[in-house]
Amino acid sequence: MGSRLTQIVPLEDVVVECPHTRTYRFRADMDPEPGQFLMLWIPRHDEVPMAYAFLENPLGVTVREYGDATHALAVESKKGYRIGVRGPYGNSFAIDGKRALAVAGGVGIASLIAAIEAYAGAGIEIHTAFGARTKEELTFLDRVKAAGPVHVATDDGSAGHHGYVSDVAAKLLDDGRFEMVLTCGPEVMMKKVVDTANAKGVPVQASLERYMKCGIGICDACALDDRLVCYDGPIFWGTDLATSADFGHWRRNISGQRVKA
Amino acid sequence: MADLGTEVAGVRLRNPTMLASGFLDETGGSMLRVHNAGAGAVVTKSIGPEPRAGNLNPTIVELPVGLLNAVGLPNPGIADYEAEAKHAISGGAAVIGSVYGRDAKEYAAVATRMASYGVVAVELNLSCPHAKGLGTEIAQDPEAVEEITRAVKKAVHVPVFSKLSPNVADIASFADAAKRGGADAVTAINTVKSIAISADLRMPILKNTYGGLSGPAIKPVGLRCVYEIHEAVDVPIIGVGGIETGQDAVEYLMAGASAVQIGTAILSRGIGVFAKVSQEMSAWMDANGVAKVADLVGAAHG
Repeated sequence: MGSRLTQIVPLEDVVVECPHTRTYRFRADMDPEPGQFLMLWIPRHDEVPMAYAFLENPLGVTVREYGDATHALAVESKKGYRIGVRGPYGNSFAIDGKRALAVAGGVGIASLIAAIEAYAGAGIEIHTAFGARTKEELTFLDRVKAAGPVHVATDDGSAGHHGYVSDVAAKLLDDGRFEMVLTCGPEVMMKKVVDTANAKGVPVQASLERYMKCGIGICDACALDDRLVCYDGPIFWGTDLATSADFGHWRRNISGQRVKA
Repeated sequence: MADLGTEVAGVRLRNPTMLASGFLDETGGSMLRVHNAGAGAVVTKSIGPEPRAGNLNPTIVELPVGLLNAVGLPNPGIADYEAEAKHAISGGAAVIGSVYGRDAKEYAAVATRMASYGVVAVELNLSCPHAKGLGTEIAQDPEAVEEITRAVKKAVHVPVFSKLSPNVADIASFADAAKRGGADAVTAINTVKSIAISADLRMPILKNTYGGLSGPAIKPVGLRCVYEIHEAVDVPIIGVGGIETGQDAVEYLMAGASAVQIGTAILSRGIGVFAKVSQEMSAWMDANGVAKVADLVGAAHG
């Protein structure tokens, strides 16, 4: 549980990836690993956990607007706008195996992309099953393609398979070539991917999301069973998730009530 | 080997370390984890009558000297908390239920339900410095402390610990008020009201502006408060504030505490801090020829 002081940094660049999704770049004294996250303070609004989509300065996070805080960031932010950052927090993806499959759903690519590139950088063959609602939402498609083969799925059929990326992933896992699976996206999608990988005996790492307050393993807001997403995660192995009562079913709301996911 | 077993107002503890309220105690799973990591008891998140979201982030600021927080009493409410408390208790944890309310009646109602879940004691959060309308005013009013403590004592059969604020001129008078209300013990101290400012942004960092400081920075304050209470009032004390090591715990015992609570040190030493502090206390006692915890309580007083 490392101590990280808040750093105030100006935004160096803001890139609109698609409607409602932006990438924010900034320079800070941090040395994150693939899959780790930071707490991003939007002054006067809120502070939210975000995965690093760029691991080296200028660091970057890719944020889909999903609530007041991320909307405020989108509205307020322009080059020079100052945010607070603290981190890196949480564990990171294990880079291991001879051939790996990343399964990304929507903006889940933001926490996977650094790991996908790390696999490619380590000389491990990395395929990506990449799903989104429409082809416009396939953020970082160029980076994904540069790392290895891509298997696209869209909800509207505008690119690739017309349907769920979890089905594409299941098909890819059928031939037994993959020795590792990484996934991030909507939990219902990840549940399917984890169940499939577990059934086939392929190690799988899933990056989970829960409401967070502290980000440093003390406040218990992000509890998943008896684990903390901010401290024990955000990345969990499929073998651990197989015994989880919460994964895919329950989450904690802002008051700590256990509610249906 | 020194005996680390201790007793606070009739509550037997395997060792003097308790999890302080507010840390890893909103869920049963986490409390059980802290129990399994060696805590003598775990104090729950402060629970109120209804679910409460708490403050928006930033709710914590890490400082070189400690931790500033203004989480604002988030909790699932006493009804939903039944499952959490019972999960921890069924796993073997000695759970102390921390409760809050708007007035004596609400405190008593929440404490009654908390007691029915099987907790070994209830702790009254009379002193949260970062939740508007809850605690802050009570903490400044000895009569309110006495009235609430009395109401809860009437309502429950388990021991009642009144947790006091250091943000007062004379904490001993509040311990005395709690005792008059029937408190079986007092817990001292809650966090120290503080603020953190971003020089770059020329504004407070916490969304709530004010927060409570914990960690090493407040250890001398906590020690002073425990010492003053022990001098002035005959009541068992649970010491809390900046305890990270066995040595820190020994100092608190010498100031007058019968047990200690640990929270922020989870950050610096991990969840294993409870076992580590216990081992360090035991080693210190062995090296100094102290056989049992009770022999240390108040030892620094003349």
